[in-house]
Amino acid sequence: MARNPVTWLGSPTFPKAAHTALADTQLRQNLRKATGTIRGRRAAAVGEMTDWEQLRVAGEQIKNDVLARLDTLLVQLEESVTARGGVVHWARDAEEANRIVLDLCREEGANEVVKVKSMATAEIGLNEALEAGGVHAIETDLAELIVQLGDDRPSHILVPAIHRNRSEIREIFQRRMGVEVSDEPADLAEAARVYLREKFLTTKVAISGANFAVADTGSIVVLESEGNGRMCLTLPDTLITVMGIEKLVPTWQDLEVFLQLLPRSSTAERMNPYTSVWTGVTEGDGPQRFHLVLIDNGRTATLEDSVGRQALRCIRCSACLNVCPVYERTGGQSYGSVYPGPIGAILTPQLVGDMHDPQAASLPYASSLCGACFEVCPVRIDIPSVLTHLRAEAVEAKGLTAESVAMAAAAWVFREASRYEKAQKAGSLARFLARDGRITSLPWPGSKWTSSRDVPAPPSESFRAWWRKNRG
Amino acid sequence: MASAREEILNRIRDARVPAAEPVVRGYHETGTGGVELFAERVADYRAVVHTVTDVPAALERLRGKRIVVPADVPPEWLVDGVTWLHEPLTIEELDGSDGVLTGCAVAIADTGTIVLDGGEAQGRRALTLLPDYHLCVVRADQIAASVPEALRRLEPTRPLTFISGPSATSDIELNRVEGVHGPRTLEVLVVQPQ
Repeated sequence: MARNPVTWLGSPTFPKAAHTALADTQLRQNLRKATGTIRGRRAAAVGEMTDWEQLRVAGEQIKNDVLARLDTLLVQLEESVTARGGVVHWARDAEEANRIVLDLCREEGANEVVKVKSMATAEIGLNEALEAGGVHAIETDLAELIVQLGDDRPSHILVPAIHRNRSEIREIFQRRMGVEVSDEPADLAEAARVYLREKFLTTKVAISGANFAVADTGSIVVLESEGNGRMCLTLPDTLITVMGIEKLVPTWQDLEVFLQLLPRSSTAERMNPYTSVWTGVTEGDGPQRFHLVLIDNGRTATLEDSVGRQALRCIRCSACLNVCPVYERTGGQSYGSVYPGPIGAILTPQLVGDMHDPQAASLPYASSLCGACFEVCPVRIDIPSVLTHLRAEAVEAKGLTAESVAMAAAAWVFREASRYEKAQKAGSLARFLARDGRITSLPWPGSKWTSSRDVPAPPSESFRAWWRKNRG
Repeated sequence: MASAREEILNRIRDARVPAAEPVVRGYHETGTGGVELFAERVADYRAVVHTVTDVPAALERLRGKRIVVPADVPPEWLVDGVTWLHEPLTIEELDGSDGVLTGCAVAIADTGTIVLDGGEAQGRRALTLLPDYHLCVVRADQIAASVPEALRRLEPTRPLTFISGPSATSDIELNRVEGVHGPRTLEVLVVQPQ
């Protein structure tokens, strides 16, 4: 199976990447300023809600219900979307999803597409796959555009260019757009407006993600601020939406919870400037061809883990990034994935699904377990508990290839003499398993050791046993 | 080989996630805000708000401009002195206009939001997107106090656009800047009964 592009190929482990990032004082300054601003504003936006805790609990419960009935709800969504003129596609992994989208672009004869910011398409590396297939994807969200034009990588879920300050953005725009522009945010926004306007008016295919999909009506929901989303969702002839299978809510009523939780947690607003809702195809209004691509890409494997599956409740608000002391110091790129910060530290390794991958296995350690992430999470994901759970898995997985678990067990065994003796007796028993004086397989925990090497068979009687029998 | 659909559904079933506890909706499903709160909250997002009783009189502000209107615009809104642009209109004509005048489906006091559903006096979505100025008429009886109340009044399968202030971005140092791709000026007429 192909590697999951949710992590970037060749990324160092978190401690190594963090070490490099910590030396970048400009980066730390940019991040401290940005996260400090948003933390204060979020606290104010949440503070004016007297029923915030009740909304969080309802958000958690609705998403738990989605995970418990995911098969039924997905089939229901498929039926609703199909009944309203949409076409639903299913993709097991990134490669399959990318191929579906590329084929759809080719069917439309498109060599250029406009994109609404989408974590799902970033996760599967869609832009790179389209480019390789001869289709150029234009990011239209301002921060995504800054990342794309800067040949950079994202560092935040909501604001992928959070690591760039205004003068760095000005430099990128001047270099890539060939225009003179000041470093005033309003001027930079104007430059992006002019740069993208013609693309919006002429491009025939758009690709989006989805914040929510309502199973019983087939409605898809996208929240945004700039209007680039509305442009992509309204003007082209064909719309392709890529979404993770967990982004469902069962009913239209359930949206009333998330339309309150998400904007305040994310951009710290009572409501984001624009939210678009569409159901299949509407004659005379918007794209006349609609495709919905549902992606698994590690989600069903995550669902199997009774502790880890709560990460699938995530609505990608990024509040946990903004309060995390580790994120604020290391920045998002140290996590080596489109999902950085506390949620990334629990979601990324689970989507990768391979704790033998040293980079993925290092992510659950990217935390001081201070718990701030859990406090702000609008769907009450207990990130610290999942982190410790995944650390245990990482340790266990490491033992299968090396000796760390065996060594950890050894340390525990050596701490007390009586345990040491018991272990030695077990060691003697091991002789029965040995052929030619070599042991090729030991029962657990010794199996962690013997899976990677043979062990010389211990003597038939340990020195301690011999001493007690003869001298004790 | 099983299809991707079957394989994904089977993997979900194999995960055997236990049934979830029933959802407790302990949050406020209703609110108390009305016209005043709505006007205050819309203004918070730097939209321009006027509370009026006479719509045609208030439309004087459009004099001399080229303004797009939906096909079913109320005739009394078409005051003299304005060049009214009627459907069908091309993308270029919409882009080249001075603005658009519409009604709305529902508004939300708590959040200062206007919701369009393509129904009466609203037109298709492109009409309120491409012109740089949007003047929206909101009747007092269209204002719901809270988000839950507003959603109950809406038909989810219609194409919906929730608008809270003019287009904006927080992408540069997480500071809000008004005016990117959508209309850079949003003006709202809140109509009180006479």
